[in-house]
Amino acid sequence: MSTSKTYRSSFLVLTLVLLGCLGLNVSLGSVSIPLKDTFNAIVGGKVSQDSWSYIIWNYRMPKAFTTILVGSGLSLSGLLMQTLFRNPLAGPFVLGISSGASLGAALLIMGSSLLSGLFSFGIVSDVSLAIAASIGSFLVLLAVTIVASRIKDTMALLIIGLMFGSITAAIVSVLSYFTDATKLQQFVYWSFGSVGNLSWQQLLLLAIIIIIGLLLSILSMKPLNALLLGENYARSLGVNIKKSRLIIIIATGLLAGGITAFAGPIAFIGLAVPHLTRQIFDTTDHRVLIPAVLIYGAILLLLCDILAQLPTSAYILPINAITSIIGAPVVIWLLVRKKKMIF
Amino acid sequence: MRTLGRVQRKLAGSIWVNNIPLEHHTPLELASKISIVLTEPIASKNLTVRELIALGRQPYTNWLGTLSPDDASKIKNAIAMVGLEALQYKKCYELSDGQLQKVMIARALAQDTSLILLDEPTTHLDLYHKVHILKLLKSIAHETGKTILFTTHEIDMAIQLCDKMVLLDQKGNTFGTPGELIQQKHFEGLFPPDTIRFDPDTASFKVNK
Repeated sequence: MSTSKTYRSSFLVLTLVLLGCLGLNVSLGSVSIPLKDTFNAIVGGKVSQDSWSYIIWNYRMPKAFTTILVGSGLSLSGLLMQTLFRNPLAGPFVLGISSGASLGAALLIMGSSLLSGLFSFGIVSDVSLAIAASIGSFLVLLAVTIVASRIKDTMALLIIGLMFGSITAAIVSVLSYFTDATKLQQFVYWSFGSVGNLSWQQLLLLAIIIIIGLLLSILSMKPLNALLLGENYARSLGVNIKKSRLIIIIATGLLAGGITAFAGPIAFIGLAVPHLTRQIFDTTDHRVLIPAVLIYGAILLLLCDILAQLPTSAYILPINAITSIIGAPVVIWLLVRKKKMIF
Repeated sequence: MRTLGRVQRKLAGSIWVNNIPLEHHTPLELASKISIVLTEPIASKNLTVRELIALGRQPYTNWLGTLSPDDASKIKNAIAMVGLEALQYKKCYELSDGQLQKVMIARALAQDTSLILLDEPTTHLDLYHKVHILKLLKSIAHETGKTILFTTHEIDMAIQLCDKMVLLDQKGNTFGTPGELIQQKHFEGLFPPDTIRFDPDTASFKVNK
């Protein structure tokens, strides 16, 4: 059929755009490095200044790859949540998954000062931060899943997500009040969201988490398509609902939890990218949507990151601010234009 | 009906499919034997008609859900039998209730089961579409040899269009052809006689004025 051909050309264009954004992202930053030298540094050619090569390999490349992983992973987790919870407004941020991660991080960073008699470590290590954030997001995801199986109303689910956000904010503000300035600063920086602080080792760990999440999603493509009809119809089509739902939830938790742990809470990407993708690929088939959101999410976050690092200036804005400034109007525009959001 | 379709747990009694209790079948085994059309709306109305009908082939496709030429021809037949050729690339949110019901029937047909269960397939439809859907079901049953079992409150139409009926009247739940049920006067006591009476000559219910 001609549609599969159209998809192929769309994918080709998107991949080229992705490569373009990657190149742009690596070549721009607080130190201006000419495009030619950037290219030479990547392919191992001769670079005019040695420091440029160092900047590109140890700072910009890990950051660009983190951005790609984070953008793709968050978008995929958003797509999974929208189908699983039958809710076009679902996403890691809206359902409180990111709040859960924040709470885990806040308790670890700032709670330790309250319990200084028991734990006497100073600045918290990145790995323990990642674990705490993952546990937090998994717990919230679990709670949301239990609520979702009891409440059919999709709006209630969103409100519960908001409530989790409020609880987190309350606990965080109490913790902030009692904690010391250094720890408060560490938490605040984490909560800004950042794709720039990962070493190659941490990047590898993040990549492994995301690949596992992706593999589980690929295994779930057929049940995901059946779930578009609702759980009862999916069961009548031979889907083992309990098993499929568990796999999808684990995949979502790994993606959203792992990413939030390493990069902080990054808003709106998970919610907005699946919708933007559906604008281009006019389909609901997860076999097309999953690869599409991966590429699309990577492109969008690379662009946000380019804006965040304010090219040629020494300042770097929190990436969370940029994704919110771009993401929130996109969601509003979709709501207004389509009257009701469909998925 | 919802229990037969494995949507709701049973309260009492036992259900047997091909001499094996219903609950001993795996969902996948049942999927090639029983297809269902429920009253609940589908989760995503962003599906196109063809995509939705194609989902009916899931019990037979590989782990990716790739459609074989055989699947494609079954889908094509289902679309043709229900008369949805003109609508097949429309999105479900663009359809009327009656059209959507036909799409769901086509999906059940594409699932290619010997038994199709429908839970009140004519609710929310106007008189014309009610008749249209029921006539469609009758022609499908006669053309394909499938068993179509549906629940309905449209007893007048059921008498005219069904091959066999079960009267769920809590007085023995009689099963038979409409003609037999009329002869045995099972319709007479169905409603309070001071409001509605059954007229055996026209095989219809009359309102007492």
